[in-house]
Amino acid sequence: MSLLEVSRLDAFYGDMQALFDVDLEASAGEVVALIGANGAGKSTLIGSIAGTVGSKLGTITFDGKPLAALRPWDVVAHGIAVVPEGRRLFPSLTVEENLLMGAHARHKQARTLKDIYSIFPQLERKRKNLATALSGGEQHMVAIGRALISNPRLLMCDELSLGLAPVIVQDIYTILGTIRSLGLTMLIVEQNVSRALAFADRAYCLQEGRVSLSGPTAQLTHEDVSNAYFGLKAGA
Amino acid sequence: MSIWIDSILQGILLGAIYALFAAGLSLVFGVMRLVNVAHGDFIVLAAFLALWFQKLAGFGSPFWTLLMLVPLMFVLGYVLQRAVINPALTETVLRPLLITFGLSIIIQNGLLQIFSADPQKLQGGQLEVASFTLPGGLAIGAFPLLMLAVSVTLLGGLQLVMFRTRLGRALRATSDDIKTASLMGVNTPHLFSVASGLALATVAVAGVFTGIRATFNAANGPVWLVFAFEAVIIGGLGSLWGTLVGGVILGVSQCIGAQFSPAWQFLTGHLVFLALLMLWPRGLFPRRTE
Repeated sequence: MSLLEVSRLDAFYGDMQALFDVDLEASAGEVVALIGANGAGKSTLIGSIAGTVGSKLGTITFDGKPLAALRPWDVVAHGIAVVPEGRRLFPSLTVEENLLMGAHARHKQARTLKDIYSIFPQLERKRKNLATALSGGEQHMVAIGRALISNPRLLMCDELSLGLAPVIVQDIYTILGTIRSLGLTMLIVEQNVSRALAFADRAYCLQEGRVSLSGPTAQLTHEDVSNAYFGLKAGA
Repeated sequence: MSIWIDSILQGILLGAIYALFAAGLSLVFGVMRLVNVAHGDFIVLAAFLALWFQKLAGFGSPFWTLLMLVPLMFVLGYVLQRAVINPALTETVLRPLLITFGLSIIIQNGLLQIFSADPQKLQGGQLEVASFTLPGGLAIGAFPLLMLAVSVTLLGGLQLVMFRTRLGRALRATSDDIKTASLMGVNTPHLFSVASGLALATVAVAGVFTGIRATFNAANGPVWLVFAFEAVIIGGLGSLWGTLVGGVILGVSQCIGAQFSPAWQFLTGHLVFLALLMLWPRGLFPRRTE
């Protein structure tokens, strides 16, 4: 049985429906990529699992327990952590305080600051700085560290590489590779399709709120993906 | 010369009570960006409750009523936030503002119905009239001095909670970004309610001290709110030490103004507030974010 199972999910913002009948699953230890154009519903899907999108129909189960009715703070307690789009660090908190916020709900199971500094050594020197005084790449490390410190079973990353220099994106993915070897299940939203397909075990492509393609990344052809991404019919 | 030193000294002591008024307002404003328009009326309510407890239970000193009043006001703050204000929190500040405005009217008229419009006072006994004489002949009242000590302790204690505890860290994070805080596992409706509970617990202390210091009646709330608000704004949003400094600046301004003419006391305070607001729109100790 899969660790995460999303079944027949519809999600809404007011009167607008953003997701239609979405099915998704992720087994323990698997890395799943979500790709799709802007507005396809990738962030909505992450938000629906995390509990920030409250208006939805369908079921979401994590390790057999239903999540769909839970508020965000209860979802975290099940061992799900999010690296939000745009990092969303707390600007008036120091690096260390930002990291500790990640352990707020799961302080009993949490990793220690030392564990996080061993993954991101350069953060230790700057632990007393305001998080927003760091470079873009370092801020990403804080955001990832803040998610990891809760010792999650599922890590969801929304648009990690957005607005970063390619060399820093490379660094981030090297780190994600290390994290992956810890056996963490990951759901990553990525604009850069070839990077997503190279990194993930399986991928789902969303188009206008529906799953237009899914499968193991090794079996997806470039043509399949661009059709699913842009909504082109085969042979058109 | 000594009359000016005396004014400044009395101003600092007066500022202590304004800082005490403002502590809870500063906390709630800093965390939720929410102005509780009924804040002054809650102080009056606390003073009346202290009076009532004192009569009911036969406490000799009004200070003993704090044992009941502080927990009671905490619970009241928690429940009001959770049941009445949280459901109204949206992107616009108008709805919670209107709700606290309504609470203000309810408290004022409720107190008027129950306790009448007569001025009341809590009896502090010997402590009220005791004083020290400083070298140079200046006299300092023991009670105002105690009030200053309580005010500094209370704001210092809140500052410690904000910057040294898990609760305080969560409060500051939520103040920065409520959605992301909830993603980190902060139960934000509960947290807001705890903040409101703490605010009304400080109001209980403010109510008892101001009730011993001078007479009060059901209509005092709005003026006290203005003083508290000015202290918070002068000090800078979210800074508790700033609130203490703001209260003292307000108190000293008023006492110096009163030396020129008693009619100038409050006006001088307001003018200094406006001048500082023009010079430092973010307050003297703004929150550091960049």
